[in-house]
Amino acid sequence: MAKDGVRDDSLHITLSGHLDIQRVQKEWDRVAAQLAEQNPHTVLIDASGLSYCDSAGIGLLLHIQAYQTSRQRTCRIQGLSQQSQRLLDLFDPGTFDMSPPRGTAVDRLLIQVGQATVSVGQDLYSQVAFMGEIMTKTVRLVMQPRTLRWNDTMTLAEKSGADALGITGLLGFLIGLILAFQSAVAMKKFGAEVFVADLVTISLFRELGPLITAFVLASRSGSAFAAEIGTMKVNEEIDALVTLGLDPVRFLVLPRILAGVMVLPLLTLFNLLLGLLGCALVMLAMGYPLVTFVERMQTSSGLVDLFGGLAKTLVFGLLIAGIGCLRGLQTKTGASAVGNAATSAVVSGIVAIILADGVFAVLYYFLGI
Amino acid sequence: MSMKNEPIIQVRDLVAAYGDEVILQDVSFDVYPGEAFGILGGSGCGKSTLLKQMIGLYQPAQGQILIDGQDMVTATEAERLEILKKIGVMYQNGALFGSMNLLDNIGLVLEEFTDLSKDLRMRLALMKLKAVGLEQAAYKMPAELSGGMRKRAAIARAMALDPKVIFLDEPSAGLDPVTSAQMDELILQLSETLDMTFVVVTHELPSIFAIADRVIMLDKRAKTIVATGAPDDLRIRSDNPWVRQFFGRESKISDT
Repeated sequence: MAKDGVRDDSLHITLSGHLDIQRVQKEWDRVAAQLAEQNPHTVLIDASGLSYCDSAGIGLLLHIQAYQTSRQRTCRIQGLSQQSQRLLDLFDPGTFDMSPPRGTAVDRLLIQVGQATVSVGQDLYSQVAFMGEIMTKTVRLVMQPRTLRWNDTMTLAEKSGADALGITGLLGFLIGLILAFQSAVAMKKFGAEVFVADLVTISLFRELGPLITAFVLASRSGSAFAAEIGTMKVNEEIDALVTLGLDPVRFLVLPRILAGVMVLPLLTLFNLLLGLLGCALVMLAMGYPLVTFVERMQTSSGLVDLFGGLAKTLVFGLLIAGIGCLRGLQTKTGASAVGNAATSAVVSGIVAIILADGVFAVLYYFLGI
Repeated sequence: MSMKNEPIIQVRDLVAAYGDEVILQDVSFDVYPGEAFGILGGSGCGKSTLLKQMIGLYQPAQGQILIDGQDMVTATEAERLEILKKIGVMYQNGALFGSMNLLDNIGLVLEEFTDLSKDLRMRLALMKLKAVGLEQAAYKMPAELSGGMRKRAAIARAMALDPKVIFLDEPSAGLDPVTSAQMDELILQLSETLDMTFVVVTHELPSIFAIADRVIMLDKRAKTIVATGAPDDLRIRSDNPWVRQFFGRESKISDT
């Protein structure tokens, strides 16, 4: 295989036989160890015994050459076949610096913090700008309702509304049931089980119903909007729309937003209905007749609570659909970009819902609702 | 470029069909080690199907495809992997992995099929990039590259494991004439320098004349090979009307 030796200040390396990608690691380690140990001024490589040398073998020769060159020392290769010599020339990356273009850890931290700050700012700006664009185009739409793609809007409303009835209803029912059951256990200590109806009704109407339904819409439809529009972006379909003179916002975004704003209150109503049913079941199981439940429900909460909750869903619907579409339009290129857009649509959709809910809480407090 | 030894690819009596619709039939040809072999034909003639069959993506209805003596059609899973290590493919649009830079795109293959150290893998990947003239773009992402660069990077990835055969799908399609000529030059240079066989699937006449030692020509209506030989011979001597039309019409266009 290989027979090496040091004479004077030079290292003789003999490579022979079949040098391919499977064997090269061993030779590489051996040669690297010798080079490090002896630090020779000249390396003489005898390659005359090589019967076969693939690109990995050529890589070994190039590595020894580059190693010597980087220390201002010499390397001579003898007996290399013409074919291998041609490969050597073809593959030689010369003095190209292998180290990835990175600074120190502190630099990288600073760069990342800076980039993150700027991107948060840009993101906020683009969200506000996008919402503004949607608003102005909605106003134009109200003046000319015929310009909206109503067929698309209805299909989208069906997909994000009617098709979501099952999951919204199930979640509403379970939340009503669980909430009633959990609070009944605590309230029993005070002999106040009958007030379970008050607690569940108010919390469902004002907070839980709208929030849960909004989460369902964000994860089902917000992500779908982002993925659909994102895929269109990747396929240059958005560019095609623009050059055809069709505004993507009017063509794609407004139907989705209208669908979102239309279906979320309706879905929430359905969710609430099933939630009350779940609560009623628990009350029945505790031995209260249905009429007691209905009576408690009516005294504890009024239309203000119901419509206060539903009013919020209009804003939630706008936020979910708007952010979904915005993330779709912001999609970059590549296979992972669409996935990122969908993820980001759900995450920032949910964050926006919670933030908006907080604003509503303050607003309702001052309005005395 | 000499026709030595046994053929490295032997295709025998191949039939390709989608459902009941036959796309190709009676396809038989040999590719010899070291040559640059062209598969030529117009749109819809089945050349992409033929390529997919040769690289094992699509199962032929009948026939044999021997690559270095092993039949791709009847191979077991383990045998297929053996065959796949002997071939490299450049897809039409590169098909580079978008989430990785160029070095990692090439290093991935080395990581999976060898036990080389990371340093060594990166060095080998860089050499492959140098061979296609892209060493300066080693840390770029595919999305940052032009179409021509992406195709060149894809060739570098196809060479990662020193395959015996490299398949190139439309290497110069979608490129401007200058870039396209540079691409042909690169392939010619690689084909002359490396001890590899190149199989080029294309409809571009300039590429075929620049690269290929021998070509087969497929015809949509005949659904089979209508001509075999060196490109110049076909242009001058073929008496098949479709072949004459193909060369005649296209050379007129390239003259203007």
